[in-house]
This record gives sequence, C-alpha cells and structure tokens, in this order.
Amino acid sequence: MKKYTYTESKDTRSGFGAGLLEAGRKNPNVVALCADLIGSLKMEAFIKEFPERFTQVGIAEANMMGIAAGMTIGGSIPFTGTFANFSTGRVYDQIRQSIAYSNKNVKICASHAGLTLGEDGATHQILEDIGLMKMLPGMTVINPCDYNQTKAATEAIAEYEGPVYLRFGRPVVPIFTAPDQKFEIGKAWMVNEGADVSIFATGHLVWEAIQAGEQLAEMGIDAEIINIHTIKPLDEEAVLKSVAKTRCVVSAEEHNRLGGLGDSIAQLLITHDPVPMRYVAVNDSFGESGKPAELMKKYGLDAAHIVKAAQKVLQLKKQRAGTAAFV
Amino acid sequence: MNITNNYSIAELENIAGQVRRDIVRMVHGCQSGHPGGSLGCTDFLVALYFRIMKHDASFNMNGNGEDLFFLSNGHISPVFYSVLARSGYFDVSELATFRKLNSRLQGHPTTHEHLPGVRMSSGSLGQGLSVAIGAALTKKRLGDNSLVFSLHGDGELQEGQIWEAALFAPAKKVDNLIMTIDVNGQQIDGSTEQVLSLGDLRAKWAAFGWDVLEANGNNMDELVTTLEFAKTRTGQGKPIALLMKTNMGHGVSFMMGTHKWHGTAPNDAQTEQALSELSSTLQDY
Repeated sequence: MKKYTYTESKDTRSGFGAGLLEAGRKNPNVVALCADLIGSLKMEAFIKEFPERFTQVGIAEANMMGIAAGMTIGGSIPFTGTFANFSTGRVYDQIRQSIAYSNKNVKICASHAGLTLGEDGATHQILEDIGLMKMLPGMTVINPCDYNQTKAATEAIAEYEGPVYLRFGRPVVPIFTAPDQKFEIGKAWMVNEGADVSIFATGHLVWEAIQAGEQLAEMGIDAEIINIHTIKPLDEEAVLKSVAKTRCVVSAEEHNRLGGLGDSIAQLLITHDPVPMRYVAVNDSFGESGKPAELMKKYGLDAAHIVKAAQKVLQLKKQRAGTAAFV
Repeated sequence: MNITNNYSIAELENIAGQVRRDIVRMVHGCQSGHPGGSLGCTDFLVALYFRIMKHDASFNMNGNGEDLFFLSNGHISPVFYSVLARSGYFDVSELATFRKLNSRLQGHPTTHEHLPGVRMSSGSLGQGLSVAIGAALTKKRLGDNSLVFSLHGDGELQEGQIWEAALFAPAKKVDNLIMTIDVNGQQIDGSTEQVLSLGDLRAKWAAFGWDVLEANGNNMDELVTTLEFAKTRTGQGKPIALLMKTNMGHGVSFMMGTHKWHGTAPNDAQTEQALSELSSTLQDY
C-alpha cells in the first residue's frame, strides 16, 4: 500500500475559493455570483480582487441560476456559489431548462454537500445532488477529494466549455494530493495499485478509502484504490481495467446509494463485466444533526465500513470462483 | 448584416398580417400549439424585430453590440418563429416543420437544435426575466451599450422566480433592460382574475422600483411610439416595465377575448375562416 500522509488539513471549499481567484486572474470573463453565502463559499478573495466581476444576488437561488445562464450570452463564464442543497434541488428546473438544455457555460459550485455539513441537519445535508445533476444530459459532475484537488478542479472547469456541477464540502479534511497537480476532467486518479479488490471513491470518501486500504493491507489484502473525482463523464476505461484485474468492487461516496457514483459504476459493470459489488453510501435516508465524524460512522461512510464491504466482495469473489471451478 | 429598421407603421401592420397567417397555418399544420397568445403578441414582436431592435440575422449566440430579445413565455413560439423567419434568421419554408419530428422548431423554443435567433430555451415559465437580467449585466460589464428586451405572460407572473428578479433588477440598477408583460388577462384555466388575481400590476412593479409604462399592444402606432419612448428611458438607473394590454387571439374574430384558444389548434373550417380574415401581405410559406 502506497503511503499517504498529510501535514495540513483544510476544507475543500477553501480550495474552491483559491481556485476561483486563480481562474479569475487567468480569464477576465470569469465572474462569480453568490446567494448570501460569501463567507461559507470562501469567495472573499475573488470579490476583493475583482469587485466588478461579482454579483450578490441575495437569497434567491432560482434567480441566480437564471442570471448566470443569461450572463453566458456575451461571453461571461459565471461561477455560482451556494450550498449544495440550494444549488441543485431547490433550482432543478432552472438548471434543467436555462443551463443544461440551453447548454450554457455555467459552473454550479456547491459547498456543504452531504452529511459532513454536520450540525445543521438534514434540511441542509443534501445526499441526492450527484444523482440530480448527473441525470441532466450534457452536465459534467465533479466531486473532488481535498483542498488541492478542489482548487485544481475549479481552475480546470473555467477552461472547459459547458455546464458543470462542482461539489465540495464544509469540514476540514486532510490534504494528501499534490499542490501542483493537473486536473483532467473525466480522468480517474490511481491512488494505489492493487490486485485483490477495486475501491472506487469520490469526495471525502477518498481519504477514508486510503485508511481502509491500509487496514486491508495489514490483513494481507491488496486493495486498488481509484479516485473517481469526475462522476460524469465516468472514466469507464479506468473502471473496467481495474475490475478486469481485481474481479470485485466497492464504491464509496457521501451520497444516497440511489443515483450516485455506485450506480454509475454498477450500470457500467452490468453491461460489460458483472462482478460482485457493494456500495458504501447512505442507505436511502435523510441525515441528521451531529459532528461530521459521528455522522459518517453512524451512516456507514467511514473506513471501517469500506473494509467490511471489501471483505464481503472478496468473499463473494471466492465463492464465485469456487462455483466456476465446480461447474 | 445589421437590419435597418425603417419600416413605416403601415408596413409593420402588413408584416403583422402575414405573421398572423403564419401562426394560424403553423398551428393548423401540426394540430397543436398556442395560437391565442401568439396572435395577441404579433404586433409587439413585429415592432421589435422590424423597427425597434438593432439586430443581426446572420446570428451569433453572444450578440455583442446587438439588442437581444428573450421570450420567457415560450409557448407563444409560433409568433417568435414566424418573426425570426420573416426577418431573415432562417428560411420561411422551415415554418412548415413546426412541432414535427426532427424539426428545429420545437414546441417551445430551444437552443438545443441550433435554430438561429434563439438564445435560450423557454417553456417552463418564470425564468426569462432572470436570464434577461444576466444578459444585461454582461452587456454592462463589457461596456456594450445595446439593450435587452424580454416578454412575459401575465399569468406567468404567478411564478415566484419573477418576483425574485423583479426585486433584483432595480436594486442593482439594471437599466439596460426593457421588460414587457403581455396583459391579456387570460390563462389556461380561465381569466387571471378567476385563477389568481394579479391585482394592481402598475402599482406592484412601481413599488419594486421599475419605470412602468403602458401601451395598447394591438395598436402598432401606439406600441412603436411607446417602445421608442422606452428606449429613451434606459440608462437612467431603473429597469423599464411595459404593461402591454393585448387581446388574446387578436386578428381572428372567433379567437379573440377568450382563454379557449390558449392552446387549441383550429380545424380545417376554422382555419379557412381565420385566413379569410387575414390578408396575405408577403407570401405564405
């Protein structure tokens, strides 16, 4: 197991703020909008440097999505900022018609996604947003895993033409990816090569997957860990290549098991290479108030649950191999 | 090529007659669509595209240096398509494909099929004012002095997003925007008064901080005069709201003044009668 350590922890939303500033410096057409959550979205640095390129919309997310769509006409590249819940579910029809169907170059940037928003509870902890966004034709869906990857992803989407949903979070989490990384949309990142089981993880679950990989290594299990930061378009080649080797799969995401990364992978595998698979995801429920780590444990999203899922699929793989030999 | 807009009132009225024929024939041709609001707003769209707006029928999406128009009540697509075709965005023969399989003229306007002249998909109501504001803000940021126009149904004002946008535009001084509301008093289930009264629209928009104008939308002379006046009111710190009174179904006697022709197509005999009331001033497609 490749060793990953960290000396610093930061929130992924701060990676977004830093990336937005860099994108703004590189391209004068990059503009930003916010619905009364500047501090939460870490947009202060951009606003300070480019006050004339920032629009405060107030608590009116539907209007913000429409304005962003309209701004693209003439050449602006708008980045909208609010919580993931208000970036998706609240404004689904605005995104569907004015952004996705109209193919507008809007970057929907969503913080406080998932359970790790913590104490605010289920009203704000959206666990359905990946599904909502990936179902829209033409929408790119990205869920980076740490500060550095979020910063790189933010800069990358500014250079990509088309609608994007960029999902990140509130809590401070380890920084373990390279600060100077090149972010390639739709290209999975090989975290650790292994032979026994494929673990495909996105967002905050990548660090949990690394912890799980270390625990599995101690048990003599060689886990392949792949970071799927871009859920759509899915890096199908990377998934199929890994599965061809390991023959069993665990997916891991801070999202409802319905409609998320796991479903995308399962859909690919059922068509091309069906193998035993388990989801590490929220089991079709709402969240609740609590500390992020407590919630991740209670809802089955921590390293321990990834280890358990890996053991289960390894067992199924063994059974299947036995059956095949018998036949 | 920028269209120069020197059409006289009489010429505009003639074009409007042909556009009304197009609307009836398009809706009849596919036995679906929305003739009532289309006929009511014909004079407005003809005035915009043949007199008021500075625009380029060779069409590019960004439209920098051009006036832009957004149709928020996308269901009146027949009038939009006819006016775009008649002003040179695409060939009028394509109007015959309206609402048919493999057509660029979808039931509601879309950018998805790359029809020249359409910059935003609409149909789900209440979104176009925000979009128009966004386009107006980009024009301001780029120092582009051209204007943004939008059209909305009065029933559409029942959507909440409209009021988010209504609050925003005056607060942020979006004064390069002329929004028009088609006040025909009708919606699918009946009159706006019966369904959900809109109250005093002038007082509402004025209270939100808009510069409110009114016009008879089926009197070309008055409409053109008012729109030209509206242009002189831009750049003064306030967005413009034009409350435009129209007759739903205007120009076809049996379609006028009722919500019944909101989304109903005429049969053969009704089409014949409607066309007998509308003279062909250009050439039918």
